[in-house]
Amino acid sequence: MANVPKPNELVIDHRPPATGWMDTPVEFRPGTWCYAAKPKNLEAVGLPNPREWSPIDDDWKLPDNWKQIVLEGLRERLEKYRSLRIFMDICVRCGACSDKCHFFIGSGDPKNMPVLRAELLRSVYRRNFTTAGKILGKIAGGRELTMSVFKEWFYYFFQCTECRRCSLFCPYGIDTAEITIIGRELLNLLGCNIDWIAGPVANCYHNGNHLGIQPHAFKDMIEFFVDEIEAVTGVRVEPTFNRKGAEILFITPSGDVFADPGTYTLMGYLMLFHEIGLDYTWSTYASEGGNFGLFTSHEMMKRLNAKMYAEARRLGVKWILGGECGHMWRVINQYMDTMNGPADFLEVPKSPITGTVFDNAKSTKMTHIVEFTADLIKHGKLKLDPSRNDNHVVTYHDSCNPARGMGFFEEPRYVLKNVCNHFYEMPPNTIREQTFCCGSGSGLNTDEFMEMRMRGGLPRANAVRHVHEQHGVNMLSCICAIDRAVLTASMNYWVPGVEVSGVHELVGNALVMEGEMERTTDLRGEPLPGMEDSDDEDL
Amino acid sequence: MGIKFSLLTVVALVLAVFLGVKAAGLQYFFGVIFPYAAIFIFLVGFIYRILKWARSPVPFRIPTTAGQQKSLPWIKQNKIDNPSTTAGVVARMALEVLLFRSLFRNTKVELREGPKIAYQWEKWLWLAGLAFHWSFFIILVRHLRFFTEPVPFFVHMTDRLDGFLQVGLPGIYITDLLFLAAVTYLFIRRVVIPQVRYISLPADYFPLFLLMALGLTGVLMRYFTKVDVVKVKELALGLVTFQPKVPEGIGVLFYIHFFLICTLFAYFPFSKLMHLGGVFLSPTRNLPNDSRMKRHINPWNYPVKVHTYAEYEDHFRDKMIEAGLPVEKE
Repeated sequence: MANVPKPNELVIDHRPPATGWMDTPVEFRPGTWCYAAKPKNLEAVGLPNPREWSPIDDDWKLPDNWKQIVLEGLRERLEKYRSLRIFMDICVRCGACSDKCHFFIGSGDPKNMPVLRAELLRSVYRRNFTTAGKILGKIAGGRELTMSVFKEWFYYFFQCTECRRCSLFCPYGIDTAEITIIGRELLNLLGCNIDWIAGPVANCYHNGNHLGIQPHAFKDMIEFFVDEIEAVTGVRVEPTFNRKGAEILFITPSGDVFADPGTYTLMGYLMLFHEIGLDYTWSTYASEGGNFGLFTSHEMMKRLNAKMYAEARRLGVKWILGGECGHMWRVINQYMDTMNGPADFLEVPKSPITGTVFDNAKSTKMTHIVEFTADLIKHGKLKLDPSRNDNHVVTYHDSCNPARGMGFFEEPRYVLKNVCNHFYEMPPNTIREQTFCCGSGSGLNTDEFMEMRMRGGLPRANAVRHVHEQHGVNMLSCICAIDRAVLTASMNYWVPGVEVSGVHELVGNALVMEGEMERTTDLRGEPLPGMEDSDDEDL
Repeated sequence: MGIKFSLLTVVALVLAVFLGVKAAGLQYFFGVIFPYAAIFIFLVGFIYRILKWARSPVPFRIPTTAGQQKSLPWIKQNKIDNPSTTAGVVARMALEVLLFRSLFRNTKVELREGPKIAYQWEKWLWLAGLAFHWSFFIILVRHLRFFTEPVPFFVHMTDRLDGFLQVGLPGIYITDLLFLAAVTYLFIRRVVIPQVRYISLPADYFPLFLLMALGLTGVLMRYFTKVDVVKVKELALGLVTFQPKVPEGIGVLFYIHFFLICTLFAYFPFSKLMHLGGVFLSPTRNLPNDSRMKRHINPWNYPVKVHTYAEYEDHFRDKMIEAGLPVEKE
């Protein structure tokens, strides 16, 4: 974060510039754009125009007929997506969305107002696809597609995290995520992706997960956490991998296998499954819950998502359980069954412990772990000692995708209130359906983008700071792997003293396991309340 | 640029009728030909646009969920903001279309030193939007009294309710005041709020000026410079019965008013005003959030290239065997 200004030095000016937006060319300032996709990552999945290039180059090395490719691509998508056609046509520019975007709030750049982000595409649409635009041009809000406009698209479509907060406030439900998704598809037609997305996509396609963890290493890493759990609890959990005939296939984002603090959440899953004796298996082939294909194109989303059902079929499981992840659940809830279903070879998910049938997943056959755990707790199947989380004063960050792409609000709160004693909500304008993005979603969680990430993270951090100051909140819990990674950075920057955790990390802390030794630390190795003087330091 | 251009366009339209009627005697054109043409353009254009939208399929179920999903039986679902049934969607759409539910959520961000952010109450846009649309609708219904004989009861009723204040002679309609106030507010905020001004196009100012001129000429006619209402009704009835005739001696103000509304109708299908039709088709609002319960079909779903398990195992088999992971082919 060397080049990021300090929080109090960050200049935010919400006043628009003197020049009109059509006449203000984009400026690629360090810290506000992401590196270009490396050719090998595009080649790995057969995407067009792989080459070495950088967004700050004058020449983006596009084919001569690039304009035709883009306009043809736009025409095709207008015919395939009613959403796009309608969202191109009916915006009245009322401005209700303008200050709803975290990137606008934190940067003041008018083109980060959802309405203008969409106008970047809309202006080209009007010029090329509407009668008025063809005849009247600029008067009708039309704009020629030039290289400068195309660069603007790249810059601003990779400054949108597809969080859909704007779509909540729009009187017509215009969804900038939809526009950004399709805008990025158009960019991808010419090989203009960012590497932080293209890399994970290539990895996921060939190795099974975004981080490129190979099968043996995946197993090793999980087994490392088995040892960690044993050190904390004295209980040895025994996960299985690629096991045919298991009842349930468990899939979670690979970020939780790889990096703190997601790893503690992963430990929570392992402990829970062991404690209830769940007949489940991990897969090294479908070892990714997340889907950076969503951030590339609908087609790539489908190509990566296909593994879940394919693996469930191969292993012969009855249903799939999904871990805590944000955009993963948008894909599962709103795309998976349509793209890769029907999952008629699976059964409607049924908890083997409580007998609850998850009717709300009767077609996808995939249940969210927090739904699953909430049901366990409701039926009194877990022995919990919430006082083990007493060092944590907890609040909950609704991740955008489960919030506005699913409506997942009560389940995590129910679990949290059962596993910890100190829980406080952030202000109502910043939670549930009105929740703010972490600032780094949709594949933008890369280091070179840090200034923009911190700007975009401001509204969320601002709300955390509020409860931090009012109630001493020191733990921001969430159900998203990207959140866990990036909110940590954002908290360090904006609200030092607040840590980030998954919900199942706190479940793991509170879960009283059969045959466990007296615990002295939590899953992070921090002393439990009242155990500060304990000498047990052998973690 | 947008403001001037749009204002001048509306002024030019008004002048065109004025000169057309006063100097060139084009009453028949402005009273009959253009109105028919405008209605024709409106109907054909509107239907064309709707059909064009409808021709593009809805490949994915993408509602914006604004409340608790249908989940476990003991968790209370928000059946309207996150509907899982058609009835829920109808309720959600009704709230959206009739009461502007989403706009009602509006807040205003305030940036303070620190930087710190606060959210302020901001329902004015919602209120003005609602006042404008409902007033306009009621005024249109009221105007049916010119186009019908006998005048249906609901038109009479609307008229009476709208004029219940019984202030002045002729009685003031509440909607006339609301309409002008709301349109004026919508214009002022567009000019005054820097962000909104920045995003505004000629296509945003033009309809506002058109509506203002429409409202002003209407008010002038009713409350100040009287026109012969009986003759106006004669003309209107002639139009709807397809026996058009232009009675002598209707004031020019009427022609201006009539031309402006016809222009609005003709302009409608080519403009953002089509949000009237579009709001009903918006996939983030008009679909139930039930895609985990019921498979949504994408008509153009096509097979894609995937990396199969067999290819994966072929690539990693030795490492998998060494790590003790089960494989399909030893």
